[in-house]
Amino acid sequence: MAIVELRGINFIYNKGTPYETHALKNVDLSVNEGQITGLIGPTGSGKSTLVQLINGILKPTDGEVILDGVNIWDQPKKIREARFKAGVVMQYPEYQLFADTVRDDIAFGPKNMGLGEDEISERVNKAAAFAGLDPSVMSRSPFDLSGGQKRRAALAGVIAMEPKVLILDEPAAGLDPGGRKEVLGGLKKYQRSVGSSIIIVSHSMEDMANYCDRIIVMTDGKIAMTGVPSEIFARYNDLIGLGLDVPRITRVAASLSRRGVDLGEVYTVGYAVEKLSELL
Amino acid sequence: MDERYEIIAEDVSFTYPGDETNPPVNALRGVTLRVPKGSYTAILGRNGSGKSTLARILCMLETPEKGELYIDGKLMTGDKVTEADILDARKRVGMVFQNPDNQIVATIVEEDVAFGCENLGVPSGEIRKRVDDALETVGMTKYARHSPHKLSGGQKQRVAIAGVIAMKRECIIFDESTAMLDPMGRREVLDTIDKLNKEDGVTVILITHYMDEATRADHVVVMNDGQILKEGTPSEVFSDPETLWSASLDVPQTTELLYGLKKKGLDVPLDVFDPERCAAVIAGAISSRGGVKNGDR
Repeated sequence: MAIVELRGINFIYNKGTPYETHALKNVDLSVNEGQITGLIGPTGSGKSTLVQLINGILKPTDGEVILDGVNIWDQPKKIREARFKAGVVMQYPEYQLFADTVRDDIAFGPKNMGLGEDEISERVNKAAAFAGLDPSVMSRSPFDLSGGQKRRAALAGVIAMEPKVLILDEPAAGLDPGGRKEVLGGLKKYQRSVGSSIIIVSHSMEDMANYCDRIIVMTDGKIAMTGVPSEIFARYNDLIGLGLDVPRITRVAASLSRRGVDLGEVYTVGYAVEKLSELL
Repeated sequence: MDERYEIIAEDVSFTYPGDETNPPVNALRGVTLRVPKGSYTAILGRNGSGKSTLARILCMLETPEKGELYIDGKLMTGDKVTEADILDARKRVGMVFQNPDNQIVATIVEEDVAFGCENLGVPSGEIRKRVDDALETVGMTKYARHSPHKLSGGQKQRVAIAGVIAMKRECIIFDESTAMLDPMGRREVLDTIDKLNKEDGVTVILITHYMDEATRADHVVVMNDGQILKEGTPSEVFSDPETLWSASLDVPQTTELLYGLKKKGLDVPLDVFDPERCAAVIAGAISSRGGVKNGDR
């Protein structure tokens, strides 16, 4: 089932002015429920516009946005519901922390949803655990945390709202490799245990290969490809032609196949080791 | 001190002072680093390991609390150093930061590139030439009269680099300058950095979280907890994945693959970073064991 469906979407910035920019061109897209979907594309390909359309920050110039079975612009006054259903974590969300303590910051969203105290506190603790925040930091000021911990606190704030779709723009940018694994691994755990749908926007092909169930590739305001990671990374030359990349391990596998060692579609190191071990 | 080195840091320590809620942080604890002129050094380390503090000390945005810093052989720390010495040394070392949008100041690309030179009081004819040369070096000549805000991230970063080149810096420190870029932007910036180092002899210090980028360097320094955990050539450093993993870092995917195969008993080296060569090494090792029926064609 599709949690998000876009039908015939066009989006034009500054319509009718000399600065008119056609950011999305006849986009039809469906995002499966209960999966992690990766959204990749060069800078300026329309990814951020797409994300902002899904939770109703932007209204399409034409076309329909169906979120959880509802056309979000059927009743414009209820657009706020779309924003609770689709939680967006912007790039560098740590700049949006504001409360006195980490706990209050994470609780802000659930409070605004009008939940009871007990439910709020349960959600805050669960969200903090998924984001990998140590319980000892909950009563500290978010501004005293390290960069990596701030990022986690900001993620927890959106997770605590338990949106049907969680959309994250470069959630691991600027984190060290260990931090990337913790944040992305935490999101995967959250998705598995809650069954939520997640959309991750990223430039890291390796992270996409390791964590996504499906990948959408955008270029120039259009959907260029959709598929499971093995289908996407099999189109090696097309991706490079679009200014994107494939995981380095996929390049190794392609070269091995030219040398007579065919492993099939490989996009994670673990899988490559496993396949090669079978040959030994 | 030895003039073959662009920068020498001897046993440098630095502490960020605490306040009522936070204890002081010992960001650097006795770091010694030598950066030869014309070399390419990569600094790796987890968030909070002290790598950015080290970079700020190397380009004299911070003064070490303990230890000595030499730029081009001249001592920059202690009582005897004069304001003029520091100004001279600052003209040797430049820095490019992470976010391109925070470093662009003008509304036209070529004016942005000229900004630093104007502040240095370079004569205007000379500025013209330096700006043209710098834009040429980073491959942005055709955008000289464009507005920077319409450029891609990689292009903006190259404009920022051109501004530093125009100031004729001998040494440029890149503090995670590719972190926010898409794959194409990263390639553009990394190729520009390679060119500056190989063709123009600029000393490069690259701070990064991407292990693949570090394999381009001559020398890799791994920071952890305010100290140097390991240093050496990329081969030396990445041949020891356990140490890197213990420091919340990673190794290039080629090394991770070779390490996995080695553990399964295949006789392969770990320090092959190029995907083609990595595949050749694996295919060779497998066929010499007679493992694959159809062999190495």
